[in-house]
Amino acid sequence: MNLCQAVNNAMDIALKTDPTACVFGEDVAFGGVFRCSVGLQEKYGKDRVFNTPLSEQGIAGFGIGLAAVGATAIAEIQFADYIFPAFDQIVNEAAKFRYRSASMFDCGKLTIRTTWGAVGHGGLYHSQSPEAYFAHTPGLKVVIPRGPIQAKGLLLSCIRDENPCIFFEPKVLYRTATEEVPVGDYMVELSKADIVKYGKNITLVGWGTQLHVLLDAAEIAEKDHGISCEVIDLRTILPWDVDTIATSVIKTGRLLVSHEAPLSSGFASEIAAVIQERCFLNLEAPIARVCGWDTPFPHIFEPFYLPSKWRVLEAILKTIKY
Amino acid sequence: MLLRHSGNNIFKALIRTCPYNCKYSTREEDSFRLHQFSEKYLNKRLVGFTERLNILKPEQVSTLPIYRVTDSLGKFIDKSLDPNFDKDFSLQLYKSMVTLNQMDRILYDSQRQGRISFYMTSYGEEACQIGSAAALQGEDLVYAQYRETGVLIWRGFSLPDIMNQCYGNAEDKCGKAAVEIIFTKLNKNRSKGKQMPIHFGSKKHNFMTISSPLSTQMPHAVGSAYAFKRANNSRVVMVYFGDGAASEGDAHAAFNFSATLNCPIIFLCRNNGYAISTPTSEQYAGDGIAGKGPGYGLNTIRVDGNDLIAMYNATQEARKMAIENNPVIIEAMTYRIGHHSTSDDSSVYRSAEEVKYWLDKEHPINRFKTYLVDKGWWNVEEDKNLLKKVRENILYAFSNAEKILKPQPLEVFEDVYKVI
Repeated sequence: MNLCQAVNNAMDIALKTDPTACVFGEDVAFGGVFRCSVGLQEKYGKDRVFNTPLSEQGIAGFGIGLAAVGATAIAEIQFADYIFPAFDQIVNEAAKFRYRSASMFDCGKLTIRTTWGAVGHGGLYHSQSPEAYFAHTPGLKVVIPRGPIQAKGLLLSCIRDENPCIFFEPKVLYRTATEEVPVGDYMVELSKADIVKYGKNITLVGWGTQLHVLLDAAEIAEKDHGISCEVIDLRTILPWDVDTIATSVIKTGRLLVSHEAPLSSGFASEIAAVIQERCFLNLEAPIARVCGWDTPFPHIFEPFYLPSKWRVLEAILKTIKY
Repeated sequence: MLLRHSGNNIFKALIRTCPYNCKYSTREEDSFRLHQFSEKYLNKRLVGFTERLNILKPEQVSTLPIYRVTDSLGKFIDKSLDPNFDKDFSLQLYKSMVTLNQMDRILYDSQRQGRISFYMTSYGEEACQIGSAAALQGEDLVYAQYRETGVLIWRGFSLPDIMNQCYGNAEDKCGKAAVEIIFTKLNKNRSKGKQMPIHFGSKKHNFMTISSPLSTQMPHAVGSAYAFKRANNSRVVMVYFGDGAASEGDAHAAFNFSATLNCPIIFLCRNNGYAISTPTSEQYAGDGIAGKGPGYGLNTIRVDGNDLIAMYNATQEARKMAIENNPVIIEAMTYRIGHHSTSDDSSVYRSAEEVKYWLDKEHPINRFKTYLVDKGWWNVEEDKNLLKKVRENILYAFSNAEKILKPQPLEVFEDVYKVI
């Protein structure tokens, strides 16, 4: 399965195992503009898989209302770039629904899926990585998979988690990443980072597409420079797995965090600050952040904008030589 | 297939139904497009062509009338319109309005004395709230804005519950029921106290917890109504909002979603003339909020919000439509007699005469009192006794709430997530 099929499969299982579950958003009925909901309407009916009017705040608000009375709501926002009209609904409403009523009401059965990250030619509004905006919001869970196996397990966990979740799907991987995905019903634990490659000299942390960039850089570092890198997929941005990262940094003494989103106030800042606090006596070099520049996401300059494996490698060498 | 059937029939139908004096094309080749536009683009509403260049001015569309049953004095316009409420029900309606009004006075004053931090009164909107609430079924879910305390009073949310929320004390029930279950083992007296006063909520009374951001509850209400439709549970959703809130994008989203997804929902707009200091002339330029209804494909009625019986009738009828998955919008025309909140001095932006006029000449409680008096069910003496008793009850609950300790400070970290 590719990532797109894995997402489809996860929703199929969610709809099959939970009669209250509904999938909705813009153009999901015919299968979605990325084909993630293909075949679901035919299988589960028009009342369970359906189009909404073109309004992101409406989609998020509608999903909260479904979830608030106990139905499972799987909402799609067509691109993460267009989640901002729903920002108020997500931040002021979904995230605070449980807290403000002291658990009398909640919208925990809401999951918002949205396509995320660079795609080669997406320009300003088909490329963004807005996870840090939501990472500043207690009450939400923010999850990003790196491939099809992860996508299916993490999405099922989000759908079944009793808190509102935002699930960002790296759209460049929809068709490019293919794995042997188990066809059964399985879940991958949230708020748990995944050590994808063990190493001893430096810890590299990333998520989504960037994890593959980190793996490429780690391979070059190892082959050409003899540097052993530990590569960790954070997977859940909020609440994030501090322990796994800290344990790794205590071992390696060095940390590099990399994401596509702009540097300033990106989620790497949070990781760097917390690890600096937790691992002050173990750190042998300043924590490196290799991120997108502090500009909007450009069209023709995308190759210069992205934190490529060469930029990551340069930062690894600099950190090791410090 | 459809096209073959339509042909001439569609022209005949058009001539019968088109309201704007259209000149219809008689050209045979137009039938394809007319059919497509009617079926596909306009949701099966018939449309015609016209060769007259005529830009529709809003004044050319007549305003929606205000449905009422009684006049300003509370007398029936037409005796046959008497709904013949029974005595107990009528007195319950009246007592609820009086309780709301008296409680508002006491809590407003208590805020002035610094005993609670904030308050919002319902002055002038008592009939709008109680009349609509009384026409709902108890299991119907209510989403409110914040000026709907009367709905809770009607549903039996107690005076101590109201006071405890305003004080944010350890007995604040707007979240307590669930919390008790979670923390029984710890044997801690936890509750809420997390939101500002008047942000009530009660699962038991099917009343969603209020939040401050305006209109956000409107698409929620649509989503819940959709879930009810799927569950086929004969429940409808009622969502209250003000004329100002109707300007938010969420209102637009909610109207549109409810109509396209055919949800069992009633939208109730309390048009009280002001959004804080902003008069409706600066809020919208059309025919109020009801004027928007048909544009969304919503069933629409404008009601005299100070006429309790009219509010009751309209809501009851709307519920019948809503339960069939035909959403309805009710615009209740009323007047905000009180200040916007305890943080507002409305004399800065409107005249005292205007307020006094509504208070003296057009008061919803007095208007309904006429009904009771005319029936021979009520007199001055009984009214005096009721006021005295209601005030005593309120003051008793109030002083009790004041004495209860605040929740323990660690409560601040609870309920951010289901499991921490």
